Amino acid sequence: MASLRDIQTRITSTKKTSQITKAMQMVSASKLNRAEMNAKSFVPYMNKIQEVVTSIALGSKDVKHPMLVSRPVKKTGYLVITSDRGLAGAYNSSILRSVYKRIQEQHTSQDEYVVIAIGRVGRDFFRIRGIEAIESITGLPDQPSFADVKEIVRKTVDLFSEGMYDELYMYYSHFVNAIQQDVTVKKVLPLTELESSGASLSSYEFEPSAEEILEVLLPQYAESLIYGALLDGKASEHAARMTAMQNATDNAKELIRNLTLQYNRARQAAITQEITEIVGGAAALE
Amino acid sequence: MKTFNVNIVTPDGLVLDTNTELVSAKAQSGELGIMAGHVPTVAPLQIGAVRLITGGKQTELIAVSGGFLEVRPDQVTILAQAAEKAESIDLARAEEAQRRAEQRLQDKKDDVDFKRAELALKRAINRVNVSRGNL
Repeated sequence: MASLRDIQTRITSTKKTSQITKAMQMVSASKLNRAEMNAKSFVPYMNKIQEVVTSIALGSKDVKHPMLVSRPVKKTGYLVITSDRGLAGAYNSSILRSVYKRIQEQHTSQDEYVVIAIGRVGRDFFRIRGIEAIESITGLPDQPSFADVKEIVRKTVDLFSEGMYDELYMYYSHFVNAIQQDVTVKKVLPLTELESSGASLSSYEFEPSAEEILEVLLPQYAESLIYGALLDGKASEHAARMTAMQNATDNAKELIRNLTLQYNRARQAAITQEITEIVGGAAALE
Repeated sequence: MKTFNVNIVTPDGLVLDTNTELVSAKAQSGELGIMAGHVPTVAPLQIGAVRLITGGKQTELIAVSGGFLEVRPDQVTILAQAAEKAESIDLARAEEAQRRAEQRLQDKKDDVDFKRAELALKRAINRVNVSRGNL
């Protein structure tokens, strides 16, 4: 049986750990709040651009643009959105497991796909497995602005236009609510999955021409799809970390309760033993 | 005169939502003036200023970089990657960005992405001009 002192030390250190996890939980909760607000303020932009793109792409059937056309797939691009730091429960591992499974099922050689990594955990995961991400960005702030990610987002879209890959899938975690986040796969490029949202499609006058507008609009649309996923992923990350830290705090509390019980038992045993010894000693004198 | 609603939306949120009589913007095909009842139109924008004019007076001045303008009978929406009202531009920072961009263009190193540097300079000059109000 552990000595009284040993148990006392463990209780103290567990208490300290629980203070830390509690603090991290509260930090994540406030970050989650802001991330949700960011995601919300992005919605009007996304809706608007989607509306216009859809009405142009569907409204004028004769319009052609390389981003709208599926070409034979020789190489697939995977854009993987993870976090920079761990301690977020299953957030990163469930995304990475899903991408990795897909890669192993679909491809036989490394020439058939490329990986673009947003977040350190994702980049390192692929590096360990001998897959070097062709583009990566780490150290994004918790509340990324569009300017922070413009560079990588633009490059991702450009690489498709240049023919580096013929389709692009995006893996990220979709924020459902504070306790549920789902790994989501989205085909970003080519933009073949435009559907009319049912809203009245206005027929526009194009200045100068529909083709030239698509030239500007489609890359911007693809970029905003990716940015939207990134905001979604950030909200999920904070939610996942909050839940993980909540669990850690609860576990620590449970541990402390057990240890305290153990400590009291040990203390009681020591007292009982002392009394028995005294009584035994007194009895021996009589 | 009849007024209509104008929205300026960026990925970081709504920049402006107001009513006006006239919107003047720089489209890629040239200066564009929109009044109420305009035909539905879509036009890509240049890096430049967007002006709102009501009652013959300029009410708002906004620096817009990239994006496009969508006109509906009762509403105009400008979707830009970045947009700032004249009064919220940090002039000192904008000037600093302009200097940096000019420096980069003059360096003429091989690894400098010329087109990107030029765009950065354009954006910086636009913001400085809008902030000072001289167009």
